[in-house]
Amino acid sequence: MALLKAENLTLGYDNQAIISDLNFEINAGDYLCIVGENGSGKSTLMKTLLHLQNAYGGNIIFGDGLTKKEIGYLPQQTQVQRDFPASVWEIVLSGCQSRSGLRPFYSREEKKLAMESIERMGIGHLKGRCYRELSGGQQQRVLLARALCATRKLILLDEPVAGLDPIVTAEMYSVIKELNDEGITIIMISHDISAALKYATHILHIGEKVFFGTKSSYLESPMGRMFVGEEV
Amino acid sequence: MEVIEKLVRYLQYPFVRYAIIVAVLVALCSSLLGVTLVLKRFSYIGDGLSHVAFGAMAVATILKLTNNMLLILPVTIAAAILLLRKGNNARIKGDAAIAMISVGALAFGYLVMNIFSTSSNLSGDVCSTLFGATSILTLNTKEVILCIVLSVLVVLIFILFYNKIFAVTFDEDFSKASGVNANAYNLLIAVVIAIIIVLAMNLVGSLLISALVIFPALSAMRLFKNFKSVTIFSAIISVVCALMGLLISILAETPIGSTIVAVDVAGFFVCWVIGKFKGGR
Repeated sequence: MALLKAENLTLGYDNQAIISDLNFEINAGDYLCIVGENGSGKSTLMKTLLHLQNAYGGNIIFGDGLTKKEIGYLPQQTQVQRDFPASVWEIVLSGCQSRSGLRPFYSREEKKLAMESIERMGIGHLKGRCYRELSGGQQQRVLLARALCATRKLILLDEPVAGLDPIVTAEMYSVIKELNDEGITIIMISHDISAALKYATHILHIGEKVFFGTKSSYLESPMGRMFVGEEV
Repeated sequence: MEVIEKLVRYLQYPFVRYAIIVAVLVALCSSLLGVTLVLKRFSYIGDGLSHVAFGAMAVATILKLTNNMLLILPVTIAAAILLLRKGNNARIKGDAAIAMISVGALAFGYLVMNIFSTSSNLSGDVCSTLFGATSILTLNTKEVILCIVLSVLVVLIFILFYNKIFAVTFDEDFSKASGVNANAYNLLIAVVIAIIIVLAMNLVGSLLISALVIFPALSAMRLFKNFKSVTIFSAIISVVCALMGLLISILAETPIGSTIVAVDVAGFFVCWVIGKFKGGR
């Protein structure tokens, strides 16, 4: 049984379908990169997978006992967050909100989990710092720590390295890879085809034509050859 | 000395004591959600709702209801829910909807008051509803009790849902993605805002309510950099400013609402200067 399966998925926005009849599935431990041109619907696909917006048709099926409460998400930064007065600790702890349900305050275990996630991301020294004063790479680590509080199974990342310099980008990729090695399934949107090919196990290329398959089959497909050739 | 004597004399009147109780409670409540409103770019909803509350008050006045709140509160809550849903569905259209409802309610309220009012001092009535004027000094025991009950309710909801409100304010998409019913919390926030606005109408009048909600939050954000400190400090500065404003207006015989707001503005500038000076901490 797949962890997540899209069946004949049709999606879009403003009542206009941009992708139709999309089929793919992800198993536990996979590392899926979603690539494609700007405007091809990568972010829309991610939002649909997260149920942030409705699909226009088809189904998204969770398997392996995955529930909606066990999904971590690393969104693109919003304007609101850039001037939000919040400490690293407050933000990471808010990742536990789906665990705490209607209980008003966080439990000792949840606080411990948040602390572990902070340490795991190597940002223990930043715990009391204000989020908006951190560097781009540090902010992404904070958001990743928050996602780790929400899940041990599946994390979706929307362009996690956008705006980061090459060194921090490489660090970010290796952190994500480590999480994948620990058994967390990764779905990532990326502009960066070379990184996608370096780390991913599966590729979903969306655009006028759609490709889904393992990395090696992508490299052999005409579509993959064309896209990779373009980039290199 | 003369000032203190005057103050002590005034404090012997129950209506002055009522006014102080109400001012403190309203200031406290209005500041709590200010941070959320400012950060979620919901400031305009507060403004729109206060106009709706004005319209409802006009209708309640001409219907000669014994307790205005019974009409104003449900109408404002309904408008809050409506505005929030609109805002969620489509950003730009939502903007226009708020302008529509708020200006419409304002015009309708004035129209209704004009046509049906039996009062000899119509412009005075309208002015006092819009700017608060002296209505806080004419509260009866029942109104004060209602104000206390609603304030306790607001503070209680805020404390119980503090963590959720933070999470939904900081990142609604993440909350939704991890299975939290963010829409329900948005709804809760809207209802609480509506209650606060109705409460605050007594103190500063419907045109100045936004100031009471927004200034303490903005002041606190100049000085503090985590959500908890910002929230606590905005509550403190809001209560202090409201008390100072109230006392100044009693002693100097200035209009209460605008005096309080003027003190809030002054407080903001003090915080802004301090924030600039020490680079913020």
